[in-house]
Amino acid sequence: MSFPWAKQYEPKAPVMKWLDDRLPLPRLVYNAVGAGYPVPRNLNYFWNFGVLAGAALAIQIITGIVLAMHYSTDAATAFNSVEAIMRDVNAGWFLRYAHANGASMFFIVVYIHICRGLYYGSYKAPREMVWLLGVVIFLLMMATAFMGYVLPWGQMSFWGAQVITGFFSAIPLVGETIRIWLLGGYAPDAAALNRFFSLHYLLPFVIAGVIILHIWALHIPGSSNPAGVEVKGEQDTVPFHPYYTAKDGVGVGVFLLVFAIFLFFQPNLLGHPDNYIPANPLSTPAHIVPEWYFLPFYAILKSFTVDFILPAKLWGVLAMFGSILLLFFLPWLDTSPARTANHRPRYRAFLMVLLVDVLVLGYVGGAEPTKINVLIGQITTAYYFLHFLVILPIVSATERPKPVANSITEAVLKGKGGTAPAKSAIEGQPNPMPAE
Amino acid sequence: MTRIIAPLIGLGFAFVLVLGLFGTITTASEPATAEHEFHLKPKPVALASNGIFGKFDRQQLQRGFQVYKEVCAACHSISLVAFRDLAALGYSEAEVKAIANQWTTEQPSVNPETGEAATRKNLPSDKFPHVYPNEVAARAANNNAIPPDLSLMTKARPDGAAYVHSLLTGYQQPSAELMKEFPNFATPEGLYFNPYFPTLNLAMPQPLVSDGQVTYADGTNATVDQMAKDVTAFLVWTAEPKLEARHTAGLASVVFLIIFIALTIGAYKSVWRNVKH
Amino acid sequence: MASAENTVSPGESPRVHDDTVADPRRRDYLAIGAVAWAGVGAGVIALPLINSMNPSADVLALSTTEVDVSAIQPGQAIKASFRKQPLFVRNLTPEEINQANSVDAASLRDPQTLAERTKEGKTNWLVTLGVCTHLGCVPLGAGEGENKGPFGGYFCPCHGSAYDTAGRIRSGPAPTNLAVPDYEFSNDTTIVVG
Repeated sequence: MSFPWAKQYEPKAPVMKWLDDRLPLPRLVYNAVGAGYPVPRNLNYFWNFGVLAGAALAIQIITGIVLAMHYSTDAATAFNSVEAIMRDVNAGWFLRYAHANGASMFFIVVYIHICRGLYYGSYKAPREMVWLLGVVIFLLMMATAFMGYVLPWGQMSFWGAQVITGFFSAIPLVGETIRIWLLGGYAPDAAALNRFFSLHYLLPFVIAGVIILHIWALHIPGSSNPAGVEVKGEQDTVPFHPYYTAKDGVGVGVFLLVFAIFLFFQPNLLGHPDNYIPANPLSTPAHIVPEWYFLPFYAILKSFTVDFILPAKLWGVLAMFGSILLLFFLPWLDTSPARTANHRPRYRAFLMVLLVDVLVLGYVGGAEPTKINVLIGQITTAYYFLHFLVILPIVSATERPKPVANSITEAVLKGKGGTAPAKSAIEGQPNPMPAE
Repeated sequence: MTRIIAPLIGLGFAFVLVLGLFGTITTASEPATAEHEFHLKPKPVALASNGIFGKFDRQQLQRGFQVYKEVCAACHSISLVAFRDLAALGYSEAEVKAIANQWTTEQPSVNPETGEAATRKNLPSDKFPHVYPNEVAARAANNNAIPPDLSLMTKARPDGAAYVHSLLTGYQQPSAELMKEFPNFATPEGLYFNPYFPTLNLAMPQPLVSDGQVTYADGTNATVDQMAKDVTAFLVWTAEPKLEARHTAGLASVVFLIIFIALTIGAYKSVWRNVKH
Repeated sequence: MASAENTVSPGESPRVHDDTVADPRRRDYLAIGAVAWAGVGAGVIALPLINSMNPSADVLALSTTEVDVSAIQPGQAIKASFRKQPLFVRNLTPEEINQANSVDAASLRDPQTLAERTKEGKTNWLVTLGVCTHLGCVPLGAGEGENKGPFGGYFCPCHGSAYDTAGRIRSGPAPTNLAVPDYEFSNDTTIVVG
């Protein structure tokens, strides 16, 4: 499942050889994230974010396991147990702020990772399965994050659970029954809190499992790269270790620095003050909003205001789920032969509009529903769907892409003002696949 | 198939949104409200704990605790804080014990002879007791408004510290502009006007009324503003008692990570030194 | 483009991937430094994670217990709670004291005299943790009518350890006497444990 020139694992220590003969775990790691995985030599820093997402998940799982040792899953004591973690548990404040801000960091990293995929066409053949698994991970992350936000049992926790389970009541006929089944009651209470905790603990391990599939699927064709041309020979690649482990080291350092600044100096900036008020089933906060990473989707939900065949509420819920589910069809909506937006100026312009569009959606999602905000939300929501479902198919079918470099090596050396080598970058082998 | 159905779905959503757009345009704008136009953002308040190097001013926290004890504690609990936590304000073990022992509201307990509900004196290991035994009692005693617990107040409101300080010092008469624009504006019976409160009228009467309302042990002049600032500082501490540890750990982490980044950049450069990319 | 394919670019080493070529020491130095620094960081981060599992401040705050002993008649014992563990406070009768003192302490598994296990002038007050030193069961003998075992003190039903009237191990698998916690009499009728 790799390039023919990939290095083979040769255990040095006798114990590793013994292990490798019986359970080739070291070989698996070596081929997955070691010197045995040849990676295009021209990856830029946007390719760091996959590893960073993995680091963020690891941080969430480690801090989460320790927090679960102190948390009480009971509607009467959950809020106070979180405060006991903040006040009495040794370094509890650190764990809890790390976990809460870690969720935000995870989403920032994953959003950049998704944008990288959109811009450089990482979803295109032969990497469709990598993309599809990525969307599955994203959905699991959203479910996990939502259920985690319910656990402190503050006002936003409670009303978030109320509103989000309310989505399901939009389903005709059986909606209310499903909602009551999800909550185990008529409103969020002990039953809902317990099942959310159970699933919040379970899903990260499911995510870890899907990540393994995601990486497995990635290793079949190998990593994509910013030149938009597939690997043609050994001179196009470098071994993952030490080249990209070193580069990812820098990425992890910068990521942790940003994380630390939030964690230690603005730990509540990305949260909401109302969640420091214990849940009160009889009083809704004046202005309820989800966590920042859900705001664009929340804006889509809010933008459907008229009944047309279906009730407005159902349109909103369909559109909100649709806005994520349409990502599953992206590899088949984009028919352009070119891979990266760099070679598709018109598509790139629309993609940049989409980026701004989603940021505006995020703003609208968190803003009060004044007339002007609702208008902006409706326009930006319409663009979101038109972009993926109408503009992208048309532009990708009609736009003539700019010429692509013949090989990664050529693209690299051209970019650096040098000239392309005739020989392989490795040990003087001839280029196995001469360009043109 | 995808490429036929997808545009139809996209246009369908867009069509419904355009319908909604017309609906939105034709609805009348919300009428302006006094809350919307005359609600003030809190004034910034300078506290020693602000900023990345912020530390608590323990003298101020003790003064703030005194204001809490003598003014706020009649109605508001700080039930997430324990008496033992007061040691962090610089009180000795004996002082903490005395404060707990002399606290007016006692801890709920059980009579060891009869098993009936009773109360006992507070111990340092106890949390500050609730002022009212339950919500019904709190409502009954306060004109149907529940005095909120103050433990987390400075984190439970946007810009919480500034909000508490502004609210405490912000009681006033409705301004002339307000009355001019909303001639029918009136503060309902039993409520008090305060432009820093989201609905402009709140159930709490002005708690800090006059200079010298408390007599500070350290001789600080107890102006209303000083008392408001001190109790704000105290409530920042009750909400975030580990603030100093957080700042210290943060500075250490940032220094550590900058060195780490420098090392990894060096390693990265030297690993890649012979490869153009 | 094709013509350029046949020249080796300046600065392009023909053996880029071979780590052993060209100044290996500089590379190793920085890479090892970065990895070692990360290791230090991981170690430091592990400390709060591990420390968080130690007793929290609210648990430590309960580590002092006051016991009122005024109602305990000679021959009786009460069970109190100290750090969420049972605490036995026993008012020994003169016979029980004699029984304890009549044993040669040196002959015991865990040699201690009754005087060493009680406060001076208060030798009738035996204060011990009600935790068998074998594997942590609560011995019988403090409650009214419970089996005090062959030595008249406490008897652990789990594995048959028998303690005498001074709470010393006399038979069975337990290795040491019942633990005496730190305590003092704050007045004649009140014990402060911890």
